[in-house]
Amino acid sequence: MNDDRSSPSVFLEHQSYRRNRLADAARLLPVIGAAVLAVPLLWPSADSAQVVAGEVEAVPMSTAILYIFGAWAGLIGLSVVFGMAARRWGQPDGPQRPGQG
Amino acid sequence: MASLNMLIFVCISYVVLLFIVAFMADRLAAKGRTTWLRSPIVYTLSLSIYCTAWTFYGAVGYAARSGLEFVTIYLGPTLVMIGWWWGLRKLVRIGRSQRITSIADLVSSRYGKSNLLAICVTILAVIGVTPYIALQLQSITLSFSIFSEADPSGATYSETATVFWVAAGLAVFAVLFGTRNLDANERHHGVVTAIALEAVVKLFALLAVGVFVVWGLSGGIAETMARIDASEIGQWQMKSGRWTAITFLAAAAFICLPRMFQVMVVENDDERHLRTAAWAFPLYLLMMSLFVVPIAVVGLDLLPAGSNPDLFVLTVPLSQGRDGLAMLAFLGGFSSATSMVIVAAMALSTMVSNHIVMPIWLSYRGDGGASVSGDVRSVVLLSRRVSIAVIMGLGYSYFRLSGGGTALASIGLISFTGIAQILPALLGGIFWRGATKAGALAGLSVGFGLWVYTLLLPGLGVGLVSEAVFQQGPFGLSWLRPQALFGITGLDPLVHSVMWSMLLNAAAFTLVSLFSFPSPIERLQGAQFVNVFDHSSGPRGWSGSVAQVEDLMIMSQRILGAAEAQALFRRQVILQGGRGHLPDPTPTFLQTLERELSGSVGAATAHAMVGQIVGGSSVSVQDLMAVADESAQLLEYSSQLEAKSTELARTARQLREANEKLTQISLQKDAFLSQVSHELRTPMTSIRAFSEILRDTSGLAEDEHSRYATIILDEAMRLTRLLDDLLDLSVLESGQVTLNMREGVLMDVLDQAVSTVLAGADSPLRVKRRRVGENVVLKSDLDRLAQVFINLIANAQKYCDAERPELTISAHHIGGQLVVDLIDNGSGIPTDVQAMVFEKFARVNAEKAGGAGLGLAICREIMHRLGGDVTYLSGQSGGAFRVTMPLSLPKLAELAAQ
Repeated sequence: MNDDRSSPSVFLEHQSYRRNRLADAARLLPVIGAAVLAVPLLWPSADSAQVVAGEVEAVPMSTAILYIFGAWAGLIGLSVVFGMAARRWGQPDGPQRPGQG
Repeated sequence: MASLNMLIFVCISYVVLLFIVAFMADRLAAKGRTTWLRSPIVYTLSLSIYCTAWTFYGAVGYAARSGLEFVTIYLGPTLVMIGWWWGLRKLVRIGRSQRITSIADLVSSRYGKSNLLAICVTILAVIGVTPYIALQLQSITLSFSIFSEADPSGATYSETATVFWVAAGLAVFAVLFGTRNLDANERHHGVVTAIALEAVVKLFALLAVGVFVVWGLSGGIAETMARIDASEIGQWQMKSGRWTAITFLAAAAFICLPRMFQVMVVENDDERHLRTAAWAFPLYLLMMSLFVVPIAVVGLDLLPAGSNPDLFVLTVPLSQGRDGLAMLAFLGGFSSATSMVIVAAMALSTMVSNHIVMPIWLSYRGDGGASVSGDVRSVVLLSRRVSIAVIMGLGYSYFRLSGGGTALASIGLISFTGIAQILPALLGGIFWRGATKAGALAGLSVGFGLWVYTLLLPGLGVGLVSEAVFQQGPFGLSWLRPQALFGITGLDPLVHSVMWSMLLNAAAFTLVSLFSFPSPIERLQGAQFVNVFDHSSGPRGWSGSVAQVEDLMIMSQRILGAAEAQALFRRQVILQGGRGHLPDPTPTFLQTLERELSGSVGAATAHAMVGQIVGGSSVSVQDLMAVADESAQLLEYSSQLEAKSTELARTARQLREANEKLTQISLQKDAFLSQVSHELRTPMTSIRAFSEILRDTSGLAEDEHSRYATIILDEAMRLTRLLDDLLDLSVLESGQVTLNMREGVLMDVLDQAVSTVLAGADSPLRVKRRRVGENVVLKSDLDRLAQVFINLIANAQKYCDAERPELTISAHHIGGQLVVDLIDNGSGIPTDVQAMVFEKFARVNAEKAGGAGLGLAICREIMHRLGGDVTYLSGQSGGAFRVTMPLSLPKLAELAAQ
């Protein structure tokens, strides 16, 4: 009933608890994505002093492509998993009512 | 070999196909068969208008110049999409519950429906997007020119004419399918479906070229990788500032671009589509960029140095003689450009017409302008069509003026930076209740100004900003140099502009918001936006559960009455072909119910009530205002009823009084009749008796004879007097009396009256007079006046019950009237009969009365004839009568002279 919405209970059933934690994970996803995609910033760039001096080898483009596209695909995969979970809830933000077909 | 004519033929066929698809989709939507039109896949594909010709052609050029940096353009939106639970879901929910029509509308309605803000956002969007449209036109022209160069027949080709016709064609398409109807929800199934088709075409085209390059030209994945590493972009080379800035910029633009907002929020049919789009759209982007680097590398390898890398997608297949593939690639680029231009023009035209044209038109038309709904509707459609044409015209003009040529990507990024200035106001609006209109305006202005100064003007280059300003800053202020603000040099111009404009924009927005105070409607909207998930329920919109149907049932019973509500629900169950008492909460049922309810409580209230129970769209401020209007109407109606009922009550009271008076009068009449018969009978009896004595008794003494005759005469005279009185009254009442008006002094009239009454009277009535006031000359029927006074004095003589009866007569003038008060020292007339004493036949005290109760009635009639009145003065010590008569003006002057 409407009461559920206006005054959400502090303690939830196991199922609702899981759902909320999953939503937390979903909120975390873009942060993880940003972190993963910021990693290439740490690689030595081809025009950096160390590479020019020959101390470190520059990351080849093929490796960069593999890493970035791999990370990208991984994020998409996680997003699919979360989407599937959300699909099972039916209604993402309202407790399921008992006895509802 | 592909001829130009062949290309134009394919192009036109493709456009015709798009027309047919859009038309069919609109037809299907009109019939309500929208199941697959509203699928998450179509929604995801429609989001692909993010990939314009800039990304289709430009990404390869970008990769050829800067390696993997191009991928940031896609990574930003990917991060936004996978974070849908956090941001986009809220945006879409707000868009649905507030019935948002554009990004300008969203910002304006969040900040208290401020039209100023809407105008600012609209202008920013138009300035930001126009170069972008020009860019699309340029890309189509460039691709045409590639084919015309390759055309062996050497057909004539005019660049300007091509651009013009392309722009005109796109405008026609956008007008036809974007402004066909004026839906409250602003959904355009036809356009969206056509865009989805174009999305498939461009993805397929790019993948086909990519597959050809990797497996056809390079011989496999491993070989391609080796080729990439060996090429000039074979090593990781990245400016970290640009990587971060562009990722951020792309993410911001993805949310703020008017066309993205249009497809993502406005055209969204179901919030749950986001769930699919959250992974499907990043996947689409990934596939779009998968083969970009290989194509760039192979292009750099195969084609002669100096050829435009922006067109490798076309030139690589052409150089290998793959005309079909090139044609497909051309169609992909064409799709990217057209879909972007159409949606951008639609979105901008909605903003321009809603926030600029309509307010002007309505204020120009004055108050009565909006009274006819059909009237406004046609004006809105017309203004949108004109706006689309104007926006396309602007794009075309920009293209002609700039002359094309600049690298495609740079215009795109400048445009992105401009649009991203909306982001602080937008995010602040949906996540922070303290954000105010003043803050949003300040942020937007600061951001817009900095963007124009640091990026747009220098980016447009030539002549707009002088070299001196670049080197030394304006007015020699070196810390204001457009590309080195505050003396920080060496930054990439784009990073510099993004950093400063976004930083200062957000700072201005936050600070001004903190120090300003929002208006009530702003605070209300702020709460609605920020807590949208508390105010609206469920992602399904107009659908509900069985439990809600019960609530609806209870509510309907209260409003419609139990029997009617149950019958209505029963009918709906039968219509739905179900059993039981509660129908399924289908949209049709809810609409029917809302309509039924609105008959009783008004449309706005009904909508709000159904919305409250079913959710899907929260109650907006407009709803509340409409409810208030209806309540006001009800109040007015009820106050009218109240006024009427008081009037009725008053009339009823008057009727009751009149009835009482009538009853009393009738009783008096009865009493009088008995009195009259008694009065007539007493003298008649004496007359008869004494007449009999005179006739029958012989030998009466002379004095006895004379005495009896005198008695008979007296009684006969008494009868005559009574009859005279009656006659007098009836003459007075019928108005047939003739008045003998002459001048005289009041004192004389009173002298005559007093002496007439007191002469021969045995009762000792003392009359006190104040002769000073009586010296008044008046023009009246003096005999009649004397009759009135005689009557009143005689009454005092007859009825005054004091031991030593006294009558005070005083004359004075009040308000231009002569007033004569006659006050005795008796007990006066009881209050309950005061109202009756002037009625005919009225007698205060039957046993004491000597007359027939006609005296006062005659007095009043006389005074009315003389233009005055006689009234009973209550509140005096004894019986008191007041005679008023008009005092003519000359007499007044005389009085004043005395």
